[in-house]
Amino acid sequence: MTQATITKSDTDLPKLLPGDFAIWFFIFAELLVFAIAFIAYAVARQQNLAMFNHYQLTLNRELGAANTLLLITASYFAVRAIQAIHQDEIKSCSRWLYASLACGAGFLLLKSFEYYDKFAAGINLGSNTFYMFYLSLTLFHFLHVILGMIILFAITIKAQRGGYSAENHTGIETGASYWHMVDLVWIILFPLVYIMH
Amino acid sequence: MKYKSQSIAMLYFIAAIGLFVGQILFGVILGLQYVIGDFLFPEIPFNVARMVHTNLLIVWLLFGFMGAAYFLVPEESERELYAPWLAKLMFWIFLVAGALTILGYLMVPYATLAEITMNDLLPTMGREFLEQPTITKVGIVIVALAFIFNIGMTILTGRKTVISLVLLTGIVGLAVFFLFSFYNPHNLVLDKYFWWFVVHLWVEGVWELIMASLLAYVLIKVTGVDREVIEKWLYIIIAMALISGIIGTGHHFFWIGAPDYWQWLGSVFSALEPIPFFMMTLFAFNVVSKRRRDHPNKAATLWALGTAVMAFLGAGVWGFLHTLAPVNFYTHGTQITAAHGHMAFYGAYVMVVLTIISYSMPLMRGQQAANARAQLFEMWAFWLMTIAMVFITLFLTGAGILQVYLQRYSDAPMTFMATQEKIQIFYWLREGAGVIFLIGLIIYLISFFVKGEEVKMVERHAAEAAS
Repeated sequence: MTQATITKSDTDLPKLLPGDFAIWFFIFAELLVFAIAFIAYAVARQQNLAMFNHYQLTLNRELGAANTLLLITASYFAVRAIQAIHQDEIKSCSRWLYASLACGAGFLLLKSFEYYDKFAAGINLGSNTFYMFYLSLTLFHFLHVILGMIILFAITIKAQRGGYSAENHTGIETGASYWHMVDLVWIILFPLVYIMH
Repeated sequence: MKYKSQSIAMLYFIAAIGLFVGQILFGVILGLQYVIGDFLFPEIPFNVARMVHTNLLIVWLLFGFMGAAYFLVPEESERELYAPWLAKLMFWIFLVAGALTILGYLMVPYATLAEITMNDLLPTMGREFLEQPTITKVGIVIVALAFIFNIGMTILTGRKTVISLVLLTGIVGLAVFFLFSFYNPHNLVLDKYFWWFVVHLWVEGVWELIMASLLAYVLIKVTGVDREVIEKWLYIIIAMALISGIIGTGHHFFWIGAPDYWQWLGSVFSALEPIPFFMMTLFAFNVVSKRRRDHPNKAATLWALGTAVMAFLGAGVWGFLHTLAPVNFYTHGTQITAAHGHMAFYGAYVMVVLTIISYSMPLMRGQQAANARAQLFEMWAFWLMTIAMVFITLFLTGAGILQVYLQRYSDAPMTFMATQEKIQIFYWLREGAGVIFLIGLIIYLISFFVKGEEVKMVERHAAEAAS
């Protein structure tokens, strides 16, 4: 990962956003994607209020809550990794990153149980509009967790090999920024789809 | 031009421009047939003219893409083309096959063409844009495979850049998705799925990769901006294009008999398709404003910026206009589609091919840039064709809105033909704009032959560029 940013001449200004500026384009685009999907959900829900409320009760809130905790913890560990690299503690940095990855893996595992349950009950995209939204929104987010973990894993390997230091850690901040975005989306998605009645 | 084998591109570009002229001539004929129904009937019936107009477009764009790859890849890979003779051979095979196919469309009735070419053995004909006889389709696959082999070997044995790898991905995708055109199931819903897997995944998927890489290449050359910066843009643009484009295929599944959740998935994801195009516009203007050199080829820069803007308007804005299922319920298959189709194809693909032609042709003719007078002609052509296309699009949009209202929305809907009578005025205006486009194209052709004094490159000082 190179250190150059899109706006090279802006380097003397105080940095508004951590990490590589390019990732923020991506993050904002992703947030826009989810925002549009959430608006679509809201519109569909308004049109089928009773049906949405009915089927929402069939979702597993406990697993959803556990997953929320896992993702928030994963984000916290990523923050600790950045704090560690600021102190030049390379070992501790990669340990925190592994811990963050473990939380991500935990999320995927719990979510897989949840999906297994739903698929076993014969639920699919065509079952009804609520399940269509539930499945497509969470699956789309699921894929983002996987992508976030791939990015995080690449960073972890590089960190472990001493690729980052107190002076040079843009890569970690870049990956962590994306990882926080994945977390943020879930924090909105979970209450919206699982709880709000 | 650094490598001798790059000059093979010239062959491809000349053929591309030649077929482009044919496409526009048939476009003007078609436009007239909208208002004078029996114009040139029975020699050139409407359905044949339409087939020639759209097929020529696809074929000349493919010539353009191939020429662009043959020019760009040796330079990016820092080596001669792997097999220049193969590129030349494929050129002639493709040109002859293309010409015979078009002649077939024009000389014999379509059903006879199907019979002569033994369509019965593997029936693939009769579907919009994929009308080519099966044997031509086989020819396209052979040419595409040889092309991928040639380009792929050049890239893999030379320097690998993000631009050439994105281009290669686009080209491989183009070839792979074309294979769906050989599958022609009896079930009409299935047939439509696979038809869209070719048509949509080409123009709203892998072609965007080709377009982005060509644009990035020309921008590096004319602005001298760091490759690193341009590559980052490229990554973000193609990621967004693929995410929105692939699931966005769903916007074609609204009314073909597919499950109704596609109305949601298709609407949401295709609504995002303008984003990568908007990023491309930001990217092009950003890079040009940060340029480190004043390249003497002003026309190429103009084409590059024009591509970014027109692709966003045509593919992005005009696509969004009718992509949401509740809107598309009314606009489906009306002149709104034609409006979008015209500006999107011109803005994204015609213009990007003309951009790389504009940049590379002078180099292949031993100059840095065409002389100032020739560039003036070329820029006139740019403005005439682009403005004409904007008007064609606006008139067709007007026709489309009126058509939707009269035929589908009003309390007393009219029949298709009665509606067509009512929107004639827009078709006349569109034909006028089409003639202006043709004049622009003639000026474009002339620009290659205009003589004048050569212009030289001015490198900007770093300090000046930073300010």
